[in-house]
Amino acid sequence: MNKQTLTSKNFLIPGTILLVGLLILVTLPLYSSIYTMIFLSSIFMYIVLTMSWVMFSGPTGQISLATAAFFGVGIYVAAILGTIMPLLVVVLIGGLASAGMAVLVGSLTLRLKGIYFAIFTFGLLELMKNLLLWFEIKFTGTRGRFVVVADYNTVYFFMLAILALTLLTAYLIRRSKFGLALQGIGEQEEAAEHIGINVTLVKVFTFAISAFFIGAAGTIMATRWTYVDPYIAFNMNFSFTPVLMAIFGGIGPLFGPVLGAVIFAYLEEILITKFPYYYMLLFGVVMVVSVLYLPNGLVGLIQKWRVRTAGGEHGNS
Amino acid sequence: MAILEGKGVTKYFGGLAAVSNVDFHVDHGEVLGLIGPNGAGKTTLFGLISAAYIPKPGLIRFKGENITGLKPHHICRQGLARTFQSVKIFPNMPVINNVTLGVHFGTPERVPSAKATEEAARLLKFVGLSGMESIPARDLTLVNQKLVEVARALATKPEVLLLDEIMAGLNPTEIAQAMELVSKIRAQGITILMIEHVMKAIMSVCDRIMVLHHGEKIAEGTPQEIATSETVIKVYLGE
Repeated sequence: MNKQTLTSKNFLIPGTILLVGLLILVTLPLYSSIYTMIFLSSIFMYIVLTMSWVMFSGPTGQISLATAAFFGVGIYVAAILGTIMPLLVVVLIGGLASAGMAVLVGSLTLRLKGIYFAIFTFGLLELMKNLLLWFEIKFTGTRGRFVVVADYNTVYFFMLAILALTLLTAYLIRRSKFGLALQGIGEQEEAAEHIGINVTLVKVFTFAISAFFIGAAGTIMATRWTYVDPYIAFNMNFSFTPVLMAIFGGIGPLFGPVLGAVIFAYLEEILITKFPYYYMLLFGVVMVVSVLYLPNGLVGLIQKWRVRTAGGEHGNS
Repeated sequence: MAILEGKGVTKYFGGLAAVSNVDFHVDHGEVLGLIGPNGAGKTTLFGLISAAYIPKPGLIRFKGENITGLKPHHICRQGLARTFQSVKIFPNMPVINNVTLGVHFGTPERVPSAKATEEAARLLKFVGLSGMESIPARDLTLVNQKLVEVARALATKPEVLLLDEIMAGLNPTEIAQAMELVSKIRAQGITILMIEHVMKAIMSVCDRIMVLHHGEKIAEGTPQEIATSETVIKVYLGE
């Protein structure tokens, strides 16, 4: 067992890269264009959504399509509280409101298995959207709301902070006994229950943590959009895109979803600006090819390549 | 003194009484065998004791306390562990993590992770799986997967252990080893309730045997009494 040497070796190189990367990202506003800042904020948002989705759905295998619902809750917190409170507090409340909803919804529905859970979470999104639409028209008389605007630097730094916290949390969960329990639940729920794991608690807690980051991301993104209505806030693309990004990147190791989100978001931006008329077509082709030839995502490809170059030394790990 | 007892335990699946009005008791430190033809309700009774199902009506007491209606993880933490007839391991985890999870979550106390790994390795050695710690559990043979389940159940520090057919599908040598394992577990002061079809094993390992048939308890007694009981012979061999 050379566990000790393994962990220190595993720590040093990614640790340095992470530190240098973070330094570059923090100092970026000093020497880059506004476009880069805005574009990076979007990429960060997608990483946060994807990572949060993977945090829960990865180990448990229960596909949640509620991402857009949690995101929308965050957006509406910004729209309602943005004028009366400082931004940091609003973002925190946005996250907590989403987490609160996740606790409520999770404790009611996490016993649903397989496709039923996915459909329910999707239904939740539609319910929220239509309920809000009804409420706005009936009681406020207007469909949309204006959101207090934050400048692009602020959005960038908030997003970066949320991203860092999301990644850190995902990493800590992964290496803790809590994460091991979560994996156990995903692999064999009945056995997990019978060896003393409080299955409902572990699932609801993880669901709520992931919703917290999604909600916080929604709150800060809303300040960039100036105007929101239920169709914008509860857009189902925010449920499906993270799932696609995670599949594209690969769900196994943590950098998979990050890689997927970055490349996917970049690809989307390039295609939409360079080929506005064929964007959806090209995007579809990329999706189909990646599903056909990358069943385990980009991570799977990298692992395959690693195994080949290492002479199959770690073929099983 | 009975460490585990049931009164009028009943469970219906639809209109079918899988377990019907069964009274039982397991004394502290004994090995109680549970036998009966296929579909007799043995595994369902295990499910009722370990809270996978709730008896309706019926009452189950563990260490003198009513545990009916508690959640499975509570039952486990109070000291009642089980294995499964159809193997339910965590297939994609290394063998050692299967057991470590039991150490971490099976008892109310907090265990530091280095100590948990040590304890898991000790238990794997105890059941005879040393050297297989880092293999994914799915790659083990069925026999060894069953042993992983036993180690995982032991990791939760049980006072009563329910073993559901750990010897099914084993060859004679392996059965002998499994019997020895049962005696070793018992020697640690753990009370055992076991379902088994291998008669040779159950006759020599158990202090007492209980027979279920169509969900009802039809006989109970020492292995000699059961082996010579006319009702039992009739159930197994026909009239």
